[in-house]
Amino acid sequence: MSRTLETLAAWLLGLLWIAPLAYALWAAVHPSMYATRFDLLAPLTFDNFTAAWAAAPFGRYFLNTFLLVTSVLAAQLVLCTLAGFAFARAKFPGSGLLFGLVLLQLMILPDVLLVENYRTMRALGLVDTILAIGLPYMASAFGIFLLRQTFKQVPKELDDAARVEGCGTFRILMRVYVPLARPTYLAYGLTSVSFHWNNFLWPLVITNTVETRPLTVGLSVFASTDQGIDWSIISAATLMTSAPLLLGFLLFQRQFVQSFMRAGIR
Amino acid sequence: MKDRTTLHAWLMLSPALLLLVAFTHYPAVATLWHALFSTPRANRPARFVGLDNFRFLAEDPIFWQALWNNLVYAVATIPISVGLALLMALWVNGKLKGRTALRMAYFTPTVLPMIAVANLWLFFFTPDYGLLDRATQFLFGWGPTNWLGSHETALGAMIVVAVWKEAGFFMIFYLAALQAIPPVLLEAAAVEGASRARILWRVVLPLLGPTTLFILVNAVINAFRLVDHIIVMTRGGPDNATALLLTYIYELGFRFWDTASASAMTVVLLAILATVAAVQFLVVERRTHYQ
Repeated sequence: MSRTLETLAAWLLGLLWIAPLAYALWAAVHPSMYATRFDLLAPLTFDNFTAAWAAAPFGRYFLNTFLLVTSVLAAQLVLCTLAGFAFARAKFPGSGLLFGLVLLQLMILPDVLLVENYRTMRALGLVDTILAIGLPYMASAFGIFLLRQTFKQVPKELDDAARVEGCGTFRILMRVYVPLARPTYLAYGLTSVSFHWNNFLWPLVITNTVETRPLTVGLSVFASTDQGIDWSIISAATLMTSAPLLLGFLLFQRQFVQSFMRAGIR
Repeated sequence: MKDRTTLHAWLMLSPALLLLVAFTHYPAVATLWHALFSTPRANRPARFVGLDNFRFLAEDPIFWQALWNNLVYAVATIPISVGLALLMALWVNGKLKGRTALRMAYFTPTVLPMIAVANLWLFFFTPDYGLLDRATQFLFGWGPTNWLGSHETALGAMIVVAVWKEAGFFMIFYLAALQAIPPVLLEAAAVEGASRARILWRVVLPLLGPTTLFILVNAVINAFRLVDHIIVMTRGGPDNATALLLTYIYELGFRFWDTASASAMTVVLLAILATVAAVQFLVVERRTHYQ
């Protein structure tokens, strides 16, 4: 009896959780007169998507977000691998203190330091560039921490064996450590991509033209200007901008959840 | 040999350290410094004003309202989202029907951009037409409510959106921890005749302690950072009812270009985050001593 009740409660919560998205989906694929009228026989249409696509330079926004996400991830993978490896394996004076200073970024995220970082970007002449959106996030304390933990779990014997074979430090890193850390890279990559695809406040501050705005900022500009309250078009635009991540998530759902678990984030 | 290891380590660390210092440590310190200067204007460079910016802040009722709102926001979102996350994880980890679909439903908000989420919920909260008003009308016969436009409900609405966005993300960490519990422990408890509730209370929950700490720290940070939806949905309004520290920093710094006040507010926010960091450090320290 209580089991049934529990299942019911779980499903009710699930429905509640999916309701806003389902509602947007409804509004996006029906003519706007059906946006608030539920009728199973309402005609389906794709017009809202084409109207949204034509009303704002979404193609450019997609390109900007793509450039942002890939450049940030590429830089993060290189920087965090090097730093994580140094913290995991090299013993040198002051490494503990230094690691503590790195972890500080887990608490004080760049998001909070908007005012100063804007000042820095202006001094560097980088305001309104895609590089400026990504730069504060490229050295990621979370990434360094995750990779350090993973590299520490690599058996020392493997390292020693490679060294006996005459491998240098860099070769050992690339041939032994990096391949063994694949699940961590996957988990970290997925979190990084979804974080930067979705990031809003810093890009809003640092960009002011179509050429640099990522999707999130573009969508907010689009939804707040003269669209009035044509919910069908706003819903279509909203779904369009989230679609790549949503699809990616649906396709790789299992890997996504499992890679989180395997990364041993505790 | 020793020197070469140190050299290698520094070579590998320097690119990451350079960026970290430039965009985390330097701005944190520079904020403290710049908070002591006036805002530079076109014909008047910044000059040293001591603690004046903080004095103005203390006299600014909107600052106190934002601080209070942020505390309410934190005190509401943290326990609700963490509690729901635990509940979700226990359900999804159990033998419920259709748990894969459920897990997906719970987790979906996490992959949606907060700004898209804001649009969806704007629609949800619309007076009269919105799904929420239709539901309350159907269920309780209520008239239209201006959820985002009235003082009493606006902050609550923001809290609901934040909980909805966060709970599924925290669920993943609980799920990972639950699956790491050795089944032997649970079987042993069951053989001893312990009820489900007792197993949960005496075996499962204590083992989830470290995960809860990790999630709590994240939830606290998010309570001060997760403001995208507020900027889009209410812009801190109506009448500052949903203004939080970070939204007010954004307003001051990038709408009024009053960077001095924005720096002073950032100092307050940094002080709060530093306190959280210190508390976490102490708790973790104590924990490791016991082990």
